[in-house]
Amino acid sequence: METVFEHVTPYIGYVYPNETELPWSELIVIYPYITGLVAGAFVVSSLHHVFGMERFKAVSRFALLTALCFMFFAPVPLLLHLGQPTRAFNAVLTPHWSSAMAAFGYVAGFYVCLLLLEVWFAFREDMVALSKSKKGLMGKVYRAITLYSDDVSPAALETDHKIARILAMIGIPGACGLHGYVGFVFGSLKTREWWSSDLMPIIFLMSAIVSGVGLLIVIYVATCKYRKVVPDNDAMVGLKQVLWASLCVVLVIEGLELLEIVYKAREGIESVMDLIKGPIWAGMSVQWGLSLFSFAALSAMMVWKPNGKHLVILLFICSLSLMVAVLAMRWNVVVGGQELSKTMKGLLIYYPTWIGRESMLTVLILFCSPFATLFLVTQLLPPWEDKKSHATHARLVTSKSAHQVKTGQGQTMEAH
Amino acid sequence: MMILPSEEEMTDQDKQKIEEDAFMSRRGFLGLLGKCTVCAGALVTATSSANRVLSGDKGATFQQSEAQHIESLKNPPKIPDYDWTKHQWAFGVDTDRCIGCLRCMEACKAENTVQEDSSHHRTWVERYVYLEGSDKALVDSQADPKNIQNVRSETKFRFDNRYKDVKVDKAYFVPKLCNQCENPSCVQVCPTGATFKAPDGVVLIDATYCIGCQYCVQACPYGARSFNEQRGTAEKCNWCYHRITKGLNPACVDACPTGTRVFGDRNDKDSPINMFIKNHRVQVLKPEMGNAPNVYYLGIDREVS
Repeated sequence: METVFEHVTPYIGYVYPNETELPWSELIVIYPYITGLVAGAFVVSSLHHVFGMERFKAVSRFALLTALCFMFFAPVPLLLHLGQPTRAFNAVLTPHWSSAMAAFGYVAGFYVCLLLLEVWFAFREDMVALSKSKKGLMGKVYRAITLYSDDVSPAALETDHKIARILAMIGIPGACGLHGYVGFVFGSLKTREWWSSDLMPIIFLMSAIVSGVGLLIVIYVATCKYRKVVPDNDAMVGLKQVLWASLCVVLVIEGLELLEIVYKAREGIESVMDLIKGPIWAGMSVQWGLSLFSFAALSAMMVWKPNGKHLVILLFICSLSLMVAVLAMRWNVVVGGQELSKTMKGLLIYYPTWIGRESMLTVLILFCSPFATLFLVTQLLPPWEDKKSHATHARLVTSKSAHQVKTGQGQTMEAH
Repeated sequence: MMILPSEEEMTDQDKQKIEEDAFMSRRGFLGLLGKCTVCAGALVTATSSANRVLSGDKGATFQQSEAQHIESLKNPPKIPDYDWTKHQWAFGVDTDRCIGCLRCMEACKAENTVQEDSSHHRTWVERYVYLEGSDKALVDSQADPKNIQNVRSETKFRFDNRYKDVKVDKAYFVPKLCNQCENPSCVQVCPTGATFKAPDGVVLIDATYCIGCQYCVQACPYGARSFNEQRGTAEKCNWCYHRITKGLNPACVDACPTGTRVFGDRNDKDSPINMFIKNHRVQVLKPEMGNAPNVYYLGIDREVS
């Protein structure tokens, strides 16, 4: 019997025969998760550039690079999941607009372009400086990525800042659109009781902010440790406040959604309760357990206002748990929704595969890729504003040389 | 081990009865066991070789080879004298007549080269059983593990006889297939337009344009769609479009020995489907979804979804 049935998802009750192969696997769990991690940059760059909060200056450019690296990989799980990956562009070339999914190529493409532009304007001064200080191949690479625009006069930099501000302003509705859209892909399906909710877009947007800011804190602290510098206290306090505020909204809205399903108690509510108590019990425990733990810890930190090392350690732990909690939430939504049968008379139990195109191994590789890319990108464009950064050093050197040229002391340039 | 939602609804009397029956059948079985020992070796050999032949070692098998499939996509059969604006196809299911023989499933799998396993179907039959004193139906289909265990194959279509020793108040079979909805969710969510509603009412898939995202599989409220892993595209019942455009009936309709399945053109006043709808009080599945299905059912009750 086992050999006959190894391809069938185990189930209880009655499910439609075609449901015994779950359409969307762990790759579709990681897709909204990776997309959500982009949101950290959106928050920080809008708080810094649009609302002028200078305390986020230390992480602002790093956040942009993080977002760009994660956004590059956001479409990859979808591509790997397609039955016909070579036809992926059919949806972009001849989109069928009544489908929520048809807009994906445009939404993701728009956001990648926006992030690329933001990064270019944020790093232009550095790129010009590096193109002048680096020799050989790297010098040519930096000159190429400045797009041969080496005007770093105060007037030109002022224009850069203005454009960066406008881009960040576009980024606010853009990010709401991107993350809300991911929620809409699930929430708009009337077929699945567990997904079909008007609150889905808001839940996805807010949980994206929580996981995105969490990721930013985790890798900012990790890179500071690696570079042996102290994380910027002001920035950490600011990130703590953003994390607490967005977590409040997420907890309330997710709680409301669950309450609505239970309180409305439409036909099949017994199956929904069995789903929560059964197949996704562990996922729900992780999601709610870690969220509530982090909420308690962050609230305590809002009251007692720890600083320095204590703040860094506590915030790191909270951020890491929130990243895990949001990942569990993605699993509970994507897999949980499919574990509840469309008949509302049965439950399926999904077991992920470990090796293969759609497997946990692919998910792991996919999740590591943005980090590796981020490492390479920070080597190319160091986002740090402190003295240890060689870009800052190059910038200082260039401005000093320019000053010397202006005052007729050009001969000292050679010394550098 | 969780309890089936449907089992929870069973009355104490049901449970007691089932337990008694199970005990009885165990005792009967032990008695039989001795007599059967001699035959066991022969049986095992026979069933395992039959299994190999029927289900194949490589899992899913097709009547049509991959080369034939590719050729059929490149050169689709020409349909002479068929004007799809002049027909409006519809389907009727008279569940009072269905005997659950599953010849329709068999015919469909053969006609449409559907994967030969228990998780890919274009049509299937559900069995609804109300035990004595119970208002909740116990539901299963041929794909139920017990039914497959009974015949030891996913390609021999049989219901087992699990209710033979219990008292049953009411039982009936409900054939299911694509409803070719007026407002099809699958067409709405297809990102490329590879699936579309033809003017004659049938929802079709362009297998050369489908990207295999499976959004349509998620969106169908009736579980009518499945995914063909080997071909990387979605699949569904199309009422045997290659047959109906030549004036034939869908394969399941022709295979049905009891006239459960009714098919015809709504534009033809005297067609079997128009007579069926005119002469009976019919209903559709999940009307609350707003999909406006084109399969009309007779003789189902509220438990059928």
